[in-house]
Amino acid sequence: MEHIRTTKVEQVKLLDRFSTSNKSLTGTLYLTATHLLFIDSHQKETWILHHHIALVEKLALTTSGCPLVIQCKNFRIVHFIVPRERDCHDIYNSLLQLSKQAKYEDLYAFSYNPKQNDSERLRGWQLVDLTEEYKRMGLPNSNWQLSDANRDYKICETYPRELYVPRIASKPIIVGSSKFRSKGRFPVLSYYHQNKEAAICRCSQPLSGFSARCLEDEHLLQAISKANPANRYMYVMDTRPRLNAMANRAAGKGYENEDNYSNIRFQFVGIENIHVMRSSLQKLLEVSGSRGLSVSDFYSGLEGAGWLRHIKAVTDAAIFLAKAIMVENASVLVHCSDGWDRTSQVCSLGSLLLDPYYRTIRGFMVLIEKDWISFGHKYSDRCGHLDGDPKEVSPVFTQFLECVWHLTEQFPQAFEFNEAFLLQIHEHIHSCQFGNFIGNCQKEREELKLKEKTYSLWPFLLHDQKKYFNPLYSSTSQKLAVLEPNTVSFNFKFWRNMYHQFDRTLHPRQSVFNIIMNMNEQNKQLQKDVKDLESQIKQHKNKQTDGVLTKELLNSVRPESPALKTSLCLKEQTLLPVKDALRTVEGSSPADNRYSEYADEFSKAEPAVVSSEYGVARMTC
Amino acid sequence: MEFSELIRTGQAQAELLRGPEMPPLRGTLCVTGHHLLLSPGPQATPDLWLLLLRSVDSIEKRVAGDAGTITLRCKDLRVLQLDIEGVEATLDIARSIEALSSLESVITSFPFFYRPKGLRLGESWHFHPPERYYKRVARETRAWRLSEANEDFSLCPSYPRAVIVPRTVDDDALARSARFRQGGRFPVLSYYHAPSGTVLLRSSQPLTGPQKRRCAEDEELLQAVLAGARPGARGFIVDTRSAQAAKQARMTGGGTEAKSAYPGWKRLHRPLERGRPLQESFVHLVEACGDLEQSMDRWLSRLDGCHWLSHVKAALSTACLAAQGMEWEGACILVHGAEGTDSTLLVTSLAQLILDPLSRTMAGFQELIEREWIQHEAPIFLLFLDCVWQLGRQFPLSLEFGEGMLLALFDHSYASPFGTFLCNSEKERCLCEVRTRTHSLWSGLNQPKEQRKLRNPLYAPNPLAIWPSVEPQSLRLWQGLFLRWTHPPEPSEVAWEKVWQIATDQEKTEGSQPTDSASEPQP
Repeated sequence: MEHIRTTKVEQVKLLDRFSTSNKSLTGTLYLTATHLLFIDSHQKETWILHHHIALVEKLALTTSGCPLVIQCKNFRIVHFIVPRERDCHDIYNSLLQLSKQAKYEDLYAFSYNPKQNDSERLRGWQLVDLTEEYKRMGLPNSNWQLSDANRDYKICETYPRELYVPRIASKPIIVGSSKFRSKGRFPVLSYYHQNKEAAICRCSQPLSGFSARCLEDEHLLQAISKANPANRYMYVMDTRPRLNAMANRAAGKGYENEDNYSNIRFQFVGIENIHVMRSSLQKLLEVSGSRGLSVSDFYSGLEGAGWLRHIKAVTDAAIFLAKAIMVENASVLVHCSDGWDRTSQVCSLGSLLLDPYYRTIRGFMVLIEKDWISFGHKYSDRCGHLDGDPKEVSPVFTQFLECVWHLTEQFPQAFEFNEAFLLQIHEHIHSCQFGNFIGNCQKEREELKLKEKTYSLWPFLLHDQKKYFNPLYSSTSQKLAVLEPNTVSFNFKFWRNMYHQFDRTLHPRQSVFNIIMNMNEQNKQLQKDVKDLESQIKQHKNKQTDGVLTKELLNSVRPESPALKTSLCLKEQTLLPVKDALRTVEGSSPADNRYSEYADEFSKAEPAVVSSEYGVARMTC
Repeated sequence: MEFSELIRTGQAQAELLRGPEMPPLRGTLCVTGHHLLLSPGPQATPDLWLLLLRSVDSIEKRVAGDAGTITLRCKDLRVLQLDIEGVEATLDIARSIEALSSLESVITSFPFFYRPKGLRLGESWHFHPPERYYKRVARETRAWRLSEANEDFSLCPSYPRAVIVPRTVDDDALARSARFRQGGRFPVLSYYHAPSGTVLLRSSQPLTGPQKRRCAEDEELLQAVLAGARPGARGFIVDTRSAQAAKQARMTGGGTEAKSAYPGWKRLHRPLERGRPLQESFVHLVEACGDLEQSMDRWLSRLDGCHWLSHVKAALSTACLAAQGMEWEGACILVHGAEGTDSTLLVTSLAQLILDPLSRTMAGFQELIEREWIQHEAPIFLLFLDCVWQLGRQFPLSLEFGEGMLLALFDHSYASPFGTFLCNSEKERCLCEVRTRTHSLWSGLNQPKEQRKLRNPLYAPNPLAIWPSVEPQSLRLWQGLFLRWTHPPEPSEVAWEKVWQIATDQEKTEGSQPTDSASEPQP
């Protein structure tokens, strides 16, 4: 690669941002075409994908070398010290180039090769099939049909080709409505609730300005409410704060006037825009990333960042939506400005509350494909895949994942997947290793020929699904069919495992999930063994009616019995989780934690003098 | 004792409201010597609702028309509302509750009357915690001895009869040292750390006073501690007050160890909040947790403003510091504040949980509490339980007991049918014959039917020290306690049940016995 000037630098130090002040690992830094790799003296490897790099900074030269700080989109922050400034400069420049690509074709997905043939790759892409998904919802039916209006992306470039609309909405009405909506994103179906016969629909804001009307748009909304036999009223949820929506009117956009639309109930929800969310997360990370953080600074920082308030607002909106359908049997139309950020959040979360299928591993993939990928959430812009406008970058999808995580915390048995699954998906929206999240809409993806040139993420996640199972999942619980989360403020917590994913010292030292998983696995295996043995006994009994002989037989069978062998292996495995636990506990040492800074004090000559200020300021807040 | 004098009315019709998640109960309300009863009638479930009057913290009454309302705030943070028919009945019941819940006398308290089926008096009492612990120490080292200098509580009323002290220090020297320490709490062994041969000691502040008095025997005692550990061993005195507060204490006769008088010992000051500020912190947090309607910003600002988690962090950090000094620096540690009866015990008991795998077992934890804690009815004991909960969250496999055990200890520390947490010193406990006339909490908790609630199904003995993270991101509000009544975490309880099921399935299929025997407290 032309951007790489230095491929290997030795004697580089890696600092941990939270553990003891000046402890570091020394090792060698390698620069490859796709990754930055650090191998420390214990041969432990740290891989950083270039696409994950959000920011590289070269700090002022110090006596020990030149500090290089790399902030990643998966919230990893690494702090290297490179002995020679020239090397540091070279790496810095290379990373600047490598982390920001100008063209889609330079992204990792186009060179990533997991050694699969074409048909395997194609099958991977077919794993999530939205046509099947609409069929699962019971569509088409007597009220809803597949429209071919956008077959060639003629009406709306950022929508998928296949769209479901009310049967009574004719093509002229659709076309007319699309002209009255931002970016042509007219109202279409996102989710159909078969029992309630109610639909979640989505669109962008109307171009209503101060007084404009569009009869076709009004007709289309009426068609949506008519498609619901149970309730003639429908909700229109504008997910923006009222003020923002009002301001849009001056620009010829805005929101629905209740007087012009019959049978609608209009509702603002008050989720802030992408810019507010970007700076909110920025503030959150600044707070949580500061060294020597006191409890008080942490909580006032959490409050100041407003992040949890936003998470609550998105969740509340989804609850409003789900309630409209469950309690009032009403269809709901959701929009924001363009209908690809907040609208995606609210529609997908609402569906997740309503339909247990989306809480399975496979269902969650379908949900993301449907409400996010196919409906044109601008992944490449929002994740900053290419060198572009930084104002387009925003953690909208991260926020969605966090809302889901909060639900998994509140309903530990309602989800088939665990936190690791959410983290892994988050990893890959930025990695550009797979084609799913590249581009901003379906049309663009087709033009990039992603299905021919790249791989889909989902089969790889499914292949590893053991890692992502929630051992407490209860698929049959009727109580958990529709989730009714409680959004009292206590329920929202800082998501440490996301924002400090790589800061090992901050995490619980033992994993409950792993051990329950192992127990579950072993239970299954042992039960199988018991069954095997029982059937063997039966067989022997049938052959030999003499009880004594059976006993002897069993004894003699013992060493050879494959079933027993496995269970013997398992016995050893039973120890594994404990060993794992020990390893992690060993990993925790006072040196990993901040109270260990006071190790210095143990050897200080005048502890009494130092400790008061030192102690107050840094230890007890 | 004539409780009947205090009971103004026999009974009344009432409705009981128990918070947002529980159905109201209607029935006949009745005040007895120790309880408030509500009997909803024979066909109702539960057929009887019972509240120990001791657990009532405050009572408000209101009357309107021909009915009244009594609001009871309980020490376990529950808020109960009773709607009672009849103004007179309401006022009478309120007065009876007020009078009975504030009775001071220990020997008329409920534990002295409680005689449950299946338990025998005198069972499960840890009669001689220091003696039992000394046996453990004596297996490892000869440097310590069990002294009965406090046999008649003349040296120190708040110490047990027997204490563990350096072998080379005689009882006379102990008596002198006791006179030099507030409340007679001279330095005694709290924990012997076998891997490093070092010890954790606790005491109260030395009475140096404005004249900077010294006490040769006290100095000898600490010298002997270092000599007993190993030649050239160092010591650290962790003073749980700020350097300034320690200095100021001299004006009122207290103070702290002068460096020149205790060679080999260094002082570290780690101010920990206690008493009134801690109580206020607790009250503010409880108030914040009672408000279900508040905005996110308001909640976070109140969580910040009450400082409770700051206290948790400070306590854990200080305990880690003490533990680290022993395990990593090979130093002996003496912990004290002023009286040596609150933050001191917080630090010594947490340090043991961090270092000592035995204290993390069910039996070991019970012994630790018996040995270390004198007074339980203070937010400092709750702070201790909270810190233990944080340890349990960070090391979910390393504690044999679960959250249920910590909640039970919290509840029983304020109001209990058992005698374990009665009285504020060993001396009082002996005078009241608590150990022979009441049942031990441990006998109640160690019954098999209680185990599922109290134990950690995932426990796997862990021989190592457990070093928690004390970063604010790693500490969490203990929802299970602070939000127990306002916001019961139902789905997670179901999940917990599932964890139990998986864990016990495992035990069954493997054919091994549950590890009950390991944790039965020995007689």
